[in-house]
Amino acid sequence: MKTILISIKITLAFCVILFVGYVLLLWGFAAIVSPNHGEAETITLNGKVVGAANVGQQFSDVKYFWGRPSAVDYNGGGSGGSNKAVSNPEYLQEIETRIVKFLEAHPYLERKDLPSELVTASASGLDPHISPAAAQVQIRRVADARKTSEERITEILVHTTHQPLIGQAYVNVLELNVALDREESTMKLRE
Amino acid sequence: MNDEIWGIALQILILVLLSYPLGGYIAKVYRGEKNFMDFLTPFENGIYKVCSIDATEQMNWKHFLKVLLTLNLFWFVWGMSLLVAQGALPLNPDGNIGQSITQAFNTTISFMVNCNLQHYSGELGMTYFTQLFVIMLLQFITAATGMAAFAAVLKGMSSKTTSTLGNFWVYLVRTVTRILLPLSIIVGVMLILGGTPMSLEGKQTITTLEGTQQVISQGPVAAIVAIKQLGTNGGGFFGANSAHPLENPSYFTNMIECISILLIPMALIWCLGFYLKRRKFAVCVFSVMFIVYLTTVYISVGQEMGGNPQIAQMGISQAAGSMEGKEVRIGSAATALWAMTTTVTSNGSVNGMHDSLTPLSGMLALLNMQINCWFGGVGVGFMNYYVFIIIAVFISGLMVGRTPEFLGKKIEAKEMKIAIILALLHPLLILCGTAIASYLATNNPALSAEWLSNPSFHGLSQMLYEFTSSAANNGSGFEGLGDNTPFWNISTGIVLIFSRYLPIIGQIAIVGILAQKRYVPESVGTLETDTVTFSVMTFAVIFIIAALAFFPALTLGPIAEYLTIR
Repeated sequence: MKTILISIKITLAFCVILFVGYVLLLWGFAAIVSPNHGEAETITLNGKVVGAANVGQQFSDVKYFWGRPSAVDYNGGGSGGSNKAVSNPEYLQEIETRIVKFLEAHPYLERKDLPSELVTASASGLDPHISPAAAQVQIRRVADARKTSEERITEILVHTTHQPLIGQAYVNVLELNVALDREESTMKLRE
Repeated sequence: MNDEIWGIALQILILVLLSYPLGGYIAKVYRGEKNFMDFLTPFENGIYKVCSIDATEQMNWKHFLKVLLTLNLFWFVWGMSLLVAQGALPLNPDGNIGQSITQAFNTTISFMVNCNLQHYSGELGMTYFTQLFVIMLLQFITAATGMAAFAAVLKGMSSKTTSTLGNFWVYLVRTVTRILLPLSIIVGVMLILGGTPMSLEGKQTITTLEGTQQVISQGPVAAIVAIKQLGTNGGGFFGANSAHPLENPSYFTNMIECISILLIPMALIWCLGFYLKRRKFAVCVFSVMFIVYLTTVYISVGQEMGGNPQIAQMGISQAAGSMEGKEVRIGSAATALWAMTTTVTSNGSVNGMHDSLTPLSGMLALLNMQINCWFGGVGVGFMNYYVFIIIAVFISGLMVGRTPEFLGKKIEAKEMKIAIILALLHPLLILCGTAIASYLATNNPALSAEWLSNPSFHGLSQMLYEFTSSAANNGSGFEGLGDNTPFWNISTGIVLIFSRYLPIIGQIAIVGILAQKRYVPESVGTLETDTVTFSVMTFAVIFIIAALAFFPALTLGPIAEYLTIR
């Protein structure tokens, strides 16, 4: 009985210690230090929030760069991968369908140049990134859709490519697309 | 490509370098020696006073276990009631509802035993209140429970002849205040700087660039992620765990989180050497574990970076490796490293979907958990290894005709019986569970359609993985398994209880019984346990007992799958 009483007391004591000495501490730290006061960081275009910087979005318009397939349709209220085994025949059929579809949208592309990440679902279903190689294969389509030169698009792509100190280079698809839209609207203003 | 290799080599290097001094520090904490955190002493005394704990009381092994188990029983009641009632409790900005009874049963047990198997998805199945006061609380205190048991084992092993193993409450409190809390604060701060959210606000709704509505879940993520990594817990805030771009936003945060998984389990092996003043013994144990770990990492990284042979046949580029169920910012090598790190320990957090790992990686993840003593969970990992040391001492004693002795204590029939029962319990739970599940699935196509997201060999692997993960208190999963059903909630819940408490009871009992025995000074006739020969012997015992029991099951699952896709 004595042990049960101690158990109850110590559990409550830990609740208090951890909430005050840990959760509130970190919460306060985040509120002061992090750019968006502890909330998920956002990206804005013309003063309007268009997405969270680290959460991927669905892109299907030809004038945008496309991200990776998502098993949860980029629903940020849930998350998850396809959980398909590498040997699953249905899944392999689906990959083949995605390859064909992607090549139809990019007729200039050869199969061997298509990076596999563009036809495989990410782990979270919210992967905001693609590799620079996966962006490069889409440049010509985006340039055609926006009636501008491939060089201009490449320039913006190079500008938004991240090379962290450790780890591989990546492109944030949303950030890149926002940069494209921003560029286009300033061009229009100048005209 | 090379960047990826350097990245993981760096992570392993930092890990080993940090674990050594931390081990020395932990030994001081458990010995009660002077250390730089002594300014907390008045605070800790305050806790003992408020909770009416007599900090000077010395417990024998039976009393120690009684206290440990009573506390855990209370946590069960605590967790169950809060999870079922969470819909009506505060800190619920998203209006999530309470869990069903079987789901709450599974969730509570899984967090109570430091496993963190999740049959719910954090965004919908939890409120911030339960995330903090059930999940995060248990992540701290169950990790501390395992480490407190480890501290008792150290005390028993180091004393010449004693009937007491120390005070459970003191070990528990010190583990939280001096080890887990300071480390979690450091990791939490680094994660916040790396972009992980830490707020108590609810979901954001955003209009995307293409004009659709997107809901974005967030919350007190950094606080939970830090302790889930450090305490070999693994239960993530979001459904996708550390693959989620908010839980793990960059390669940098990924490194911190991956290092945090193995930091304390590794440090505890060094701690063993410092505490017992037997550095050479610790180096031997560490080497066996580390060599096995590196071997699995080597194979797995090669497999994941090599890509999926079936996709290679379609003629597209797999320069980044096998990318199904992986994230671009993390890459295939770091995902493979994490997969092995999370399964050699009993962590179970993931940064990529294990269901989509290539077959051999999946097999190594399974095998790591089936052996369950390479570093292992905080505290309990070495205790599992300890059982195999006892068996190895006994067998080698018989082989060379010496009395089986370990650290000056004779190993006799009673300890051997307990050790063997514990060694066989793990395969028994896993294989029986899988056998029942696969029997049900084969005889009922509707059931197998509900459970399995993949056909054939991999379907078997999914069920095998679930029971293995439960029995190893790991908590990762082949998540395609439809596991939020009464069958899986209850069966894995039962496996979780047996596989956590029976080993702790047995191991503490062995230590307690040995500690009471008369101390026999080492002589020329003593079998040396800190040699390469004995390390190889221990490895052989583990491999023969633990690994080979699973060989037939692995052949039917991942090995068969590997052979079909080549």
